[in-house]
Amino acid sequence: MPSEQHATKYALPEGLPAPQATRDGLDKEFWEAARRHQLVVQRCNECATFQFGPEWICHHCRSSNVGWERVSGRGRVYSWERVWHPVHPALRDACPYMVVLVELPDAGNVRMVGNLIGDAREELTIGTTVEVVFEDHEQGFTLVQWKRA
Amino acid sequence: MMNTIKDKVAICGIGETKYYKRGTAPVPEFRLACEAIIKAAGDAGIAVTDIDGFASYSNERNDASRVATALGLPHFSFSNMFWGGGGGGGSGAVANAAAAVAAGYAKYVVVFRALAQGQFGRFGQAAPAKSISGDFAYTLPYGLMSPAQMFAMRVRRFMHEHHVEQEAFAAVALAAYHHAQYNPRAVMYGRPLTREAYYESRWIVEPFHLYDCCLENDGAAACIVTTAERARDLKPKPAYLMAAAQGSDYRQNAPAHNAPDYATSNFKTLAPRLFEMAEIGPQDVDVLQAYENFTGGVVMSLVEHGFCDADAVMGFCTYENFAWPNGKLPLNTSGGNLAECYMHGLELVLEAVRQVRGTSTCQVKDAEISMVVSGPMVTPVSSLILHG
Ligand SMILES: [Zn+2]
Repeated sequence: MPSEQHATKYALPEGLPAPQATRDGLDKEFWEAARRHQLVVQRCNECATFQFGPEWICHHCRSSNVGWERVSGRGRVYSWERVWHPVHPALRDACPYMVVLVELPDAGNVRMVGNLIGDAREELTIGTTVEVVFEDHEQGFTLVQWKRA
Repeated sequence: MMNTIKDKVAICGIGETKYYKRGTAPVPEFRLACEAIIKAAGDAGIAVTDIDGFASYSNERNDASRVATALGLPHFSFSNMFWGGGGGGGSGAVANAAAAVAAGYAKYVVVFRALAQGQFGRFGQAAPAKSISGDFAYTLPYGLMSPAQMFAMRVRRFMHEHHVEQEAFAAVALAAYHHAQYNPRAVMYGRPLTREAYYESRWIVEPFHLYDCCLENDGAAACIVTTAERARDLKPKPAYLMAAAQGSDYRQNAPAHNAPDYATSNFKTLAPRLFEMAEIGPQDVDVLQAYENFTGGVVMSLVEHGFCDADAVMGFCTYENFAWPNGKLPLNTSGGNLAECYMHGLELVLEAVRQVRGTSTCQVKDAEISMVVSGPMVTPVSSLILHG
């Protein structure tokens, strides 16, 4: 496991929509684990397939016996984009910023979206290895973010 | 032999309002919808009261029952909405209309789309929610919220896998603006685009410059679908449907960008079905209208419909190949979503009809087979092929 990272500031300014677990409880464990600085991915207890985002049934074997597994938090950049045009008032002075799509080789290559912490103008190549960073927000949620490993 | 709609159905009328810049339509969206439908009936040479069915696709805000009531239609026999996001349903709505008339559910089904973004919100702006749950909770808090941002991620991966460079996208934008200069309906008529201006335009989100992104417009478009038999008795030359198909590949809607085949515009399983039904290949297509939410998706959809190999994009996707009149594959000959107007791609169907009628402002010489691709990178998507 990577050491617990505490971001000194947020990757993006406050005011973007805050993540909230679904009312039916489908992804409650994901957001609660992030709060504990643990990265978890849904995994089927029958056929061991990982899936993300979560669903009530396993897409591979259709079992509803699915659980959550803690994973290492090491990944690699599968794709990325540098955003220049703000489409939300909170982002007006935050551009450019970097959004990365990270695949997790030890979790069936499921992917997660996050921000890459650091200089957004720096060049980035697909395949770059990254490591999870947990970004605690005062309003009571934690975002899963990424930094170069 | 497949049991298909091939040659059984035709588009017999097309109509559109003036296309306005975003937020400048002088009348409400609902009235635009009615105007386009009345014009399409006029073009077909049928009475408005002959229309007895409606088909549209996602985001259409104008309820068919209200339209039928407002227009005083005596028979309302069929209504249908195509699922999915944005422009994926443009050809699919025509396909659904075709199925309805072929099956005898209705005689004249109108496919329509109306947009007045001054009256409603913009599609390119994020909703001002304080919190978000479900699939969007994995993307919105990271500032990944607009369509451009959703699709740039796929396009970047496609560029990586197939060594595709920005110039392929520039070619799509330059051809669209070139064609719009001949089309007085086009919002960008009289506003030519140079390669320098394309590259110097600001980034929206890499790899999309400003000119890689579709317009936002007000207006409405409509076309009327009927049986080939009825269409033959009407005044305009029928645009016969050779094939239409809709669909999506394996788990393309997986949340948080987890589609297993990610660098795709989602036509890989659809395209073979489409060409099998039409009994032609991509080499037989004379002119193509390919939905451009963003230029990168056009390039991907050309590859997936077999117009060129993924690894040969840089040789095929050139301004010279796309530009009328000398291009090998004239592309988006009205200016399309980038430069004619953004009617969620229904304007592309109207242009495909004009091409087989011989009435386009960038008329491809002897065009017989005219094709539309609707939707890239959303799910489901759809395509159709017409002949004259
Ligand atoms: Zn399973």
